[in-house]
Amino acid sequence: MSFRYLLKPSDRVACAWIAASKDSERELSMSGKANEAGMGAPIVVGACLAFGAILGLGMASKAVDSGIYFHGLLFFVACLAGGVALIGKVSRDRSGANDRNTRYNDGVIRAGVIASTFWGIIGFLVGLTIALQLAFPELNFDTPWTNFGRLRPLHTSAVIFAFGGNVLIATSFFVVQRTCQAKMEAEYGAWFVFWGYQLFIVFAATGYVLGITQSKEYAEPEWYVDIWLTIVWVAYLLVFLDTLRRRKEPHIYVANWFYLAFIVTVAMLHIVNNLAVPVSMFGSKSYTLLSGVQDALTQWWYGHNAVGFFLTAGFLGIMYYFVPKRAERPVYSYRLSIIHFWSLIFLYIWAGPHHLHYTALPDWAQTLGMTFSIMLWMPSWGGMINGLMTLSGAWDKLRTDPVLRMLVVSIAFYGMSTFEGPLMAIKAVNALSHYTDWTIGHVHSGALGWVAFVSFGALYHLTPVLWKRDRLYSLALVNVHFWIATIGIVLYITAMWVSGILQGLMWRAYDNLGFLEYSFVETVEAMHPFYVIRALGGGMFVIGALIMAYNLIRTIRGDVRDEPSQVPAAVPAASS
Amino acid sequence: MISHDKIEKNSMLLLVLVLITVSIGGLVEIAPLFYLKSTIETVRGMRPYSPLELAGRQIYIREGCYNCHSQMIRSLRDEVERYGHYSLAAESMYDHPFQWGSKRTGPDLARVGGRYSDEWHTDHLKAPRSIVPESIMPGYPFLAKTPLEYDDIAAHLETNRMVGVPYDDVMIKNARIDLEAQVDPDSDGAEAVLQRYPKAQIRDFDGDAKILSEMDALIAYLQMLGTLVDFDVYKADGDNLR
Repeated sequence: MSFRYLLKPSDRVACAWIAASKDSERELSMSGKANEAGMGAPIVVGACLAFGAILGLGMASKAVDSGIYFHGLLFFVACLAGGVALIGKVSRDRSGANDRNTRYNDGVIRAGVIASTFWGIIGFLVGLTIALQLAFPELNFDTPWTNFGRLRPLHTSAVIFAFGGNVLIATSFFVVQRTCQAKMEAEYGAWFVFWGYQLFIVFAATGYVLGITQSKEYAEPEWYVDIWLTIVWVAYLLVFLDTLRRRKEPHIYVANWFYLAFIVTVAMLHIVNNLAVPVSMFGSKSYTLLSGVQDALTQWWYGHNAVGFFLTAGFLGIMYYFVPKRAERPVYSYRLSIIHFWSLIFLYIWAGPHHLHYTALPDWAQTLGMTFSIMLWMPSWGGMINGLMTLSGAWDKLRTDPVLRMLVVSIAFYGMSTFEGPLMAIKAVNALSHYTDWTIGHVHSGALGWVAFVSFGALYHLTPVLWKRDRLYSLALVNVHFWIATIGIVLYITAMWVSGILQGLMWRAYDNLGFLEYSFVETVEAMHPFYVIRALGGGMFVIGALIMAYNLIRTIRGDVRDEPSQVPAAVPAASS
Repeated sequence: MISHDKIEKNSMLLLVLVLITVSIGGLVEIAPLFYLKSTIETVRGMRPYSPLELAGRQIYIREGCYNCHSQMIRSLRDEVERYGHYSLAAESMYDHPFQWGSKRTGPDLARVGGRYSDEWHTDHLKAPRSIVPESIMPGYPFLAKTPLEYDDIAAHLETNRMVGVPYDDVMIKNARIDLEAQVDPDSDGAEAVLQRYPKAQIRDFDGDAKILSEMDALIAYLQMLGTLVDFDVYKADGDNLR
């Protein structure tokens, strides 16, 4: 049996980089003379930083509330730090201490791997904290800065935007260079995207704790942070496009379609959903342009496609590169990837209204949203099949390579949650599931099982490549991470299924006399054991991530643990 | 057969086609909400928030109450029996942004106004489990001690007017006076508040007349939620086909 009859030109591209030696992925020094390190770019960057410093100081000096005062100063300090870094870089470039003649530009990707791991652990820890707060409310400590209402957006933003966003930026920069066989020449642009994005995260996170929020879920940052993110995002698009345009392969590889759709669509969603008028140009508070029902649908058009494009399309880009690479097989079907791509991005955008079933949103919009959500099942599973079947002829690798196993299980979780999603979008099911923990469980089967696992797989693959190590410090530890995290996810989502369905049924239960059987607080009390189990599952997931961080740090340091499973021998590895 | 080659060899073409593809769904679903008259029912009683209520709403948003409390009663039998008449689109038409919520870790608050006394709210917000032992809500004792900041309340009303809330010049000019008068029934301005904001409740909400606190504002907001539309005269099957 051969898959090669299916190959189209872009698959030949894929075959080329899959079959090429290990070194093909690495940022190697090239022979010949490097381009002269010009002074044009540093001067422009320096001028921008100076302008930014003045702007930050100006915001702080005229601030009408303490939040914007703090953020103005933060921006000022960030611009100063950027100036210092700029001077350091220019002097290293000019003295020749930086090897500028490399095949790829990987410095910013290395930074991205570190940032992803760091923010992942922060985000998971805050998640564990708020899970424990729901089980043991004393842990809110009744201060403004530690209550659930302020920490929950911190958790969601930290995991989605800080962890997920850094993974996406780092992997997209990695993948676009390899699959285009082109260097990311926009070096300053790429570093601006990286540090600008970190600054966005710090603005958002400190803002929530200080009470700065516009209360739109997953879009909580206020108007000035939104503007900052827009600038960073446009820079991201330009750097990505610039690298695409430098490609030596005529075809753009499928992973890049998904990355591009993710970048463009997130820009559109972000701008439209955050349209607002600030109360003062020197204050943090704004009022959204839209109100009530229109605002609600715009928000969930945004919210659902934050899932569809940030957490799905972007991470499918990861799948389409790292799964074939790791399995050393080309993507199962070129045609399926075309159908998968266009149908997925077309259908996803319609699904938002399923967050608003039986609400004051007009019925026609609800029905439309439900219909498209059900149709969305097909491209989702098409993508899953394309990912899984890529392993045809390489399934044995699952036994010896826990990194590949993580990637494959992430696709399985993707399939599961993209089946559950359409189910929950059916109005009759949603009547039960909405407002309950079932939604939380569904989100986490996608977020932990799909997004985090595919990210972990990518990080494990990237670290040895980026730091030019032979292999990971320990594959056995990857295996431990895999199992502890998988068990954690299973505990988490089963607890949320039970609690969600239980609470939904209790809310609508009637006694013999036709009265509602339970008061609200009785249904809250019934949740306690499941909240404890959920926190336990979350705790295991955190431990897994800490193990990964340890493994990656040791790998970066160049350590190799002596273990039998490292040897790709015919004997089954001891750990599997 | 149309070849995909053209698209995957041209990054700009790919970019443009992606943009077109992802724009369609939103345009079809969201745009009609702005011109279909049936989207928002015609009701009597809806008015912009009084300055104190608006300030309280800001506290509600700041503390992230929407993370656990919805303000959207669905048209399902048990919800209507538990919380009251299902929510109308008109009831949130002055909400920038909406506060419908997505999760009920605590109960829906769309019609919580008038359900409990001010004392209940004060005690419950300070220490929820002193009132409801099984509650898992965080305590907010600091609200009663923190003076409300309202120097720029007129600017808040003005910004709301810019995004479409019908505050008039008199309301904006008197925003500060109205805010202070709403916690002081004996003041000269109390009558004017009621005239400008019908059904506004005028009293010292947190039981501490010495301080105009964030607690005052938050309870003023909670106590007006769902109280504006008179459902005795509202006809669901009237001119509101949806």
